[in-house]
Amino acid sequence: MPEQPFEPERAIAGTGMGGPMDLATSEAETLEKTPGGPEGTGPSGKPHSLWSDAWRDLRRNPVFIISALVILFLVVISLWPSLIASGNPLKCDLAKAQEGSQPGHPFGYDGQGCDVYTRTVYGTRTSVTVGVLATLGVAIFGSVLGGLAGFFGGVWDSILSRLTDIFFAIPVVLGGLVLLSVVTSNTVWPVIGFMVLLGWPQISRIARGSVITAKQNDYVQAARALGASNSRLLLRHITPNAVAPVIVVATIALGTYISLEATLSYLGVGLKPPTVSWGIDISAASQYIRNAPHMLLWPAGALAITVLAFIMLGDAVRDALDPKLR
Amino acid sequence: MLLEVRDLHVEFRTRDGVAKAVNGVNYSVDEGETLAVLGESGSGKSVTAQAVMGILDTPPGKITGGEILFRGKDLLKFKEDERRKVRGAEMAMIFQDALSSLNPVLSVGDQLGEMFIVHRGMSRKDARTKAVELMDRVRIPGAAQRVRDYPHQFSGGMRQRIMIAMALALEPALIIADEPTTALDVTVQAQVMDLLAELQRELHMGLILITHDLGVVADVADKIAVMYAGRIVESAPVHDIYKAPAHPYTRGLLDSIPRLDQKGQELYAIKGLPPNLMHIPPGCAFNPRCPMAQDVCRTDEPELYEVDQHRGSACHFWRECLNG
Amino acid sequence: MGRYVIRRLLQMIPVFIGATLLIFLMVNVMGDPIAGLCGERQCDPATAAQLKREFGLDKPVWQQYLTYMGNVFTGDFGTAFTGQKVTELMSTAFPVTIRLTVVAIVFEVVIGITLGVLTGLKRGRPIDTTVLLLTLVVISVPTFVTGLLLQLLLGVEWGWIKPSVSPEATFSELIVPGLVLASVSLAYVTRLTRTSIAENRRSDYVRTAVAKGLPRHRVIIRHLLRNSLIPVVTFIGTDIGALMGGAIVTERIFNIHGVGYQLYQGIVRQNTQTVVGFVTVLVLVFLIANLLVDLLYAVLDPRIRYA
Repeated sequence: MPEQPFEPERAIAGTGMGGPMDLATSEAETLEKTPGGPEGTGPSGKPHSLWSDAWRDLRRNPVFIISALVILFLVVISLWPSLIASGNPLKCDLAKAQEGSQPGHPFGYDGQGCDVYTRTVYGTRTSVTVGVLATLGVAIFGSVLGGLAGFFGGVWDSILSRLTDIFFAIPVVLGGLVLLSVVTSNTVWPVIGFMVLLGWPQISRIARGSVITAKQNDYVQAARALGASNSRLLLRHITPNAVAPVIVVATIALGTYISLEATLSYLGVGLKPPTVSWGIDISAASQYIRNAPHMLLWPAGALAITVLAFIMLGDAVRDALDPKLR
Repeated sequence: MLLEVRDLHVEFRTRDGVAKAVNGVNYSVDEGETLAVLGESGSGKSVTAQAVMGILDTPPGKITGGEILFRGKDLLKFKEDERRKVRGAEMAMIFQDALSSLNPVLSVGDQLGEMFIVHRGMSRKDARTKAVELMDRVRIPGAAQRVRDYPHQFSGGMRQRIMIAMALALEPALIIADEPTTALDVTVQAQVMDLLAELQRELHMGLILITHDLGVVADVADKIAVMYAGRIVESAPVHDIYKAPAHPYTRGLLDSIPRLDQKGQELYAIKGLPPNLMHIPPGCAFNPRCPMAQDVCRTDEPELYEVDQHRGSACHFWRECLNG
Repeated sequence: MGRYVIRRLLQMIPVFIGATLLIFLMVNVMGDPIAGLCGERQCDPATAAQLKREFGLDKPVWQQYLTYMGNVFTGDFGTAFTGQKVTELMSTAFPVTIRLTVVAIVFEVVIGITLGVLTGLKRGRPIDTTVLLLTLVVISVPTFVTGLLLQLLLGVEWGWIKPSVSPEATFSELIVPGLVLASVSLAYVTRLTRTSIAENRRSDYVRTAVAKGLPRHRVIIRHLLRNSLIPVVTFIGTDIGALMGGAIVTERIFNIHGVGYQLYQGIVRQNTQTVVGFVTVLVLVFLIANLLVDLLYAVLDPRIRYA
């Protein structure tokens, strides 16, 4: 069991979306607790940094390879959906509503007569974009705030802790319902903004913790004694060693944000037409579940596979970076 | 003979290969006797002890040969259930780090009392009384109040005493102490070793003391077995080894101890590192580091030559070594 | 221990204030609080002004907040625009949601921990890989999709359950919705338990317990489990927030008239009193749940009590 003083508050890291982040947090925290820096020399004498070892492990991990390939595919069709879908997701023919699979339209038509296949493909762009942007925002905002609070400590740290507590007290879906329902714009930005707003505390807590751990390392004390300035300490010594847990959590978070966007869209407060989103499609399809389940199944399947790919990637990255499994 | 380990072989099968941790170890302990097993990390001393207790991690560890005779019966042929009954009741083990070896969420009294509840069928109340008695016996002040405390509330020395108390709760015939004082301050070390020796005398137990600290051994042990790379390289009554070692490794260990009359001279250290157990050097495992190594050492593995009735040395040149 | 409780309670207060203020601001400042009152169209300025005065909405926001909180402490959550008191809506909605959540938590704990222990002890074997894969799939499928699929399969195709839950919402009707609600959390509990058990299996105190000659079941339950479950218990507590969010979705799918349903109606009809009222109570519930979990943590892990 770890010898460091226990902080129960640290163990409580709910986003309200729950599970994935909390799990990743606790698992990421084990990453922080390894003493010493990530550099070392293996028996062959060649430098074995945490990163080169991790990359070597990742390359050999089939889970990583599969999920990375899937994600690559998803990113490509996000950027160029016309590569595999020739139609227009917004051009719909009411006469064909709810019809099933036909030549040229493998997934059939939805309630408005739109081609499900095309909409599913174009929906990838929305989901991936929202997921990536939200994660980037949360990661940057959260790491900077949390990292600085961890590094400087004192009053700023206390303020940040209170702030994160307050944001944590609001379950995410609840907050989304309340906040986004008053928003009328139908672009992706309110949704992304909201996710960053409620998501940053999670990352900031991880960043703060890992910066504090990194700060206590001997090589940081040594550098400080040699007269290194704060910014140099932060950039050259602390960040490379503190960033691993943040990467792990952020990668897994990507998957959950995609899931969250779909959930919010399903509830009607997320993205709105004419944005093409799987959540919207699933929501619309839910009333036709008896007669035309295909309208639901295809976007749902795409959603599940996308989220699965990102979570698997995050799992693989975490396993590779986890020093306990060495 | 209380315990006799005969030609024990233990391997660890890992992803990267097979590590041969114990390669033909023989030693014995009688009632009331203290055997000190000496060696560096990786010598196999702890693995042998764990094999005797039956607590080896069985994947990846595996006992691949030999016998462990306890009161004449081979433990390796026992069914797990029978073996479990022997554990704790007739042979017990004391571990190095008492803080991590004690359950952090159970009170000390509960952990001590457990022995009586499981092995002797006592009630919780009776077991609790016994626990207080045990704590008194190992001289923990205020035992009656402290019996409800948790391990983290005790100091290092007291925690080790609690481990000792747990080990001798059922008055076993054999105690194996795996580096019991390594994690303690020097003054506390002496106290704990004294306690152990006293209790051993009182209960006439056999004691196997595993350590890498030659200083601790001199007071307490009757005989010594020095291990290297999973083999016994020298075994002798304790004073004989200190007077004149018959193996270059033992000599190296003794020479490495700093002495007051060596002021101003460079400290001696055995050159090189212990071998990788997956690639033990052929012939005598110590040959890469041995100042006396000859060609035969690199090809022929030395058996335990009989130096005299009670001494053995696994060195082709033990005579030369004895004579300096 | 007592000091610890008091400290946590005091910490809770500013957080509660901060969170409810945030919600209050979000609802009243960002949106238009009286938007729903005049039907589909915008209110004409005179009526709007009058309504604002009636509901005290012309006062500065911080004053509105204080008035509101003052009322909350006397049990008055205001009146929904439909004329019903919000507390009335709560009294019918909360019991239903509580039943649903209880079912979900029971599933989460019982199935999750059991599976986690099994796979933690048999790491690497086929059952472990299968369960891991299953949990991964369950985690990746959002709750609403699971709900819709199960509704389709069990309710429509096979007719094992009624696709919608009746207004009484008895326990037996809530089994499948409860399972849906629990699904993602269950998967996490399984994985967390598995990791915790696998880690603790090789720890020194387990080795000592085996060396003491204790029977296997005692080693697993009394020594291994008690230590391994500590992070799991903590997780379950914080997961309550996720369950709340999931409840909204689940109630919508199965047409359960619980808190989520009322909240959703309130939002769609822009009934700000309802929304703020329910969310305030939910935040309070969440904070209390976290507090209880912290206390439970201290009960389970004596090292915390004396910190």
